[in-house]
Amino acid sequence: MSNKPLNKAPYQQAYYPPVPTGFTRYMRTSLIWQFFRFLVINVKMLRLMSKSTH
Amino acid sequence: MARVVILGAGVAGHTAARHLHKMLGKSHEIVVVSPNAKWNWIPSNIWVGVGQMKEEQVTFDLAAIYSKTSIQFRQAKALSIHPEGSETNSKPFVSVEYTLPAKAGQKEDIAYDYLINATGPKLNFGATEGLGPDHGHTVSVCTASHAVEANHKLEKIIADLRKGEQRTIVIGTGHGMCTCQGAAFEYIYNVDHVLREAGVRDKARVIWISNEYELGDFGMGGVHIKRGGYVTNAKTFAESLMVERGIEWITRAHVKKVEAGKIHYETLEGTFHELAFDFSMLIPPFAGVGLKAFNKAGEDITAQIFAPNGFMKVDADYTPRAFEDWSAKDWPKRYQNPTFKSLFAIGIAFAPPHPISKVMKSPNDTQISPTPPRTGMPSASMAIAVSRSIRDMINGAPEPTHEASMAEMGAACVASTGASFFSGSAASMTVYPVVPDFEKYPEYGRDTSLTFGEIGLAGHWMKYTLHHLFIYQAQMKPGWSLLPD
Repeated sequence: MSNKPLNKAPYQQAYYPPVPTGFTRYMRTSLIWQFFRFLVINVKMLRLMSKSTH
Repeated sequence: MARVVILGAGVAGHTAARHLHKMLGKSHEIVVVSPNAKWNWIPSNIWVGVGQMKEEQVTFDLAAIYSKTSIQFRQAKALSIHPEGSETNSKPFVSVEYTLPAKAGQKEDIAYDYLINATGPKLNFGATEGLGPDHGHTVSVCTASHAVEANHKLEKIIADLRKGEQRTIVIGTGHGMCTCQGAAFEYIYNVDHVLREAGVRDKARVIWISNEYELGDFGMGGVHIKRGGYVTNAKTFAESLMVERGIEWITRAHVKKVEAGKIHYETLEGTFHELAFDFSMLIPPFAGVGLKAFNKAGEDITAQIFAPNGFMKVDADYTPRAFEDWSAKDWPKRYQNPTFKSLFAIGIAFAPPHPISKVMKSPNDTQISPTPPRTGMPSASMAIAVSRSIRDMINGAPEPTHEASMAEMGAACVASTGASFFSGSAASMTVYPVVPDFEKYPEYGRDTSLTFGEIGLAGHWMKYTLHHLFIYQAQMKPGWSLLPD
């Protein structure tokens, strides 16, 4: 039986969307970076809420 | 002394009750009517549905909380509104029927000076044959008890997968006119997450099915966000997430019928298909809860107060228009009924003037496009605005003093894509405004400096923090009013 990898089928649903690189996936769970992002998201949401207050 | 009656104790109704209690104290009466004994933090039901939380962690007894305040609680369902009173009762009143076991079936007329309709939706499983946990073949996460049942069935699927068997899981919307795609979106990623943790993801085929024209529509016509040097549609990010997790998707689909193990659906092209499944969670369409209305003579005036879908008419512009002519100005600001000025409707209970996503129909005339979301943060904003207006009207203001248009407010949404303190993630999103305003923001209808989205562990921390924060706040514990709604 051949071990030759199969060609990845083009023109399929999964062929087109962007897929995160290893670096992006690492940053998504990096504790230091995510702690910083936690603060940033909080600020963004508070800014949104202040704009929405009536 | 004025009496304010609030129908419903969900996010909108309970928020209104809390704020009215804080503003009015004991000098006026606040009566909350809800058929449910428990308050439910619905956004966390998806964690109950995958066994990450218990039902008790997302619910609490309303009577116990209200008993610590001057808020009166009736565990009952509202039947009819009588805004002119009746021939024997000069004041406006609402007729209710108790669901409290000790008084089950007993009826009462509750007079009011102001009435807030915050009943939320009827989960309209009956709109699709075979849909839902009670009389159908699919599960739901719309209530905490539904989510518990969903988890039990999911556990059986995981046990089968562990034995090496193949299983197909289908999650999404169960009708062409559903809203609340976000709940299904969160659930599919949490199911994917628990399957991976169980080491059986490779045995399961996981499929998304929805009425959205494209992924990432969420009933808001999609959103555009700045990312990586581009302004990109949420479709790109939603598809990326699906591909990353190995999830297939079917969009532009109206589920027509569900049989045991088989979903029948129609697409926007007008073609009909079948999809086999072993486990399926499909969100039902929403409808009004079926409240009736009568005038002083006892004549039925339901059509005057409610739209045909059962939601209450408020100060929106309901003139039928083509999508191109829709305007942000059509959306209500004060949530006051145009005929009866002491009636208000907030949250899902008010009738939107039109969808946000463009209405699409198949060649068979089947509407396959999402209806507008109005849950969560927008519901709370409406509740606060209406509470402040009622306070001022009690104190002599001739008309509502506060506004909260969905075309002038933002919404923050944190969609869990896996619950774990170190390996979890969530998509954090903000949208401003919820209803696009193409006069103010001609390019995308929204302010791209306030509309953003990102995926990461920080989002999970946010969602977990918000879960505890909102339950603390809803329990009216010390300092609750200092917390953001």
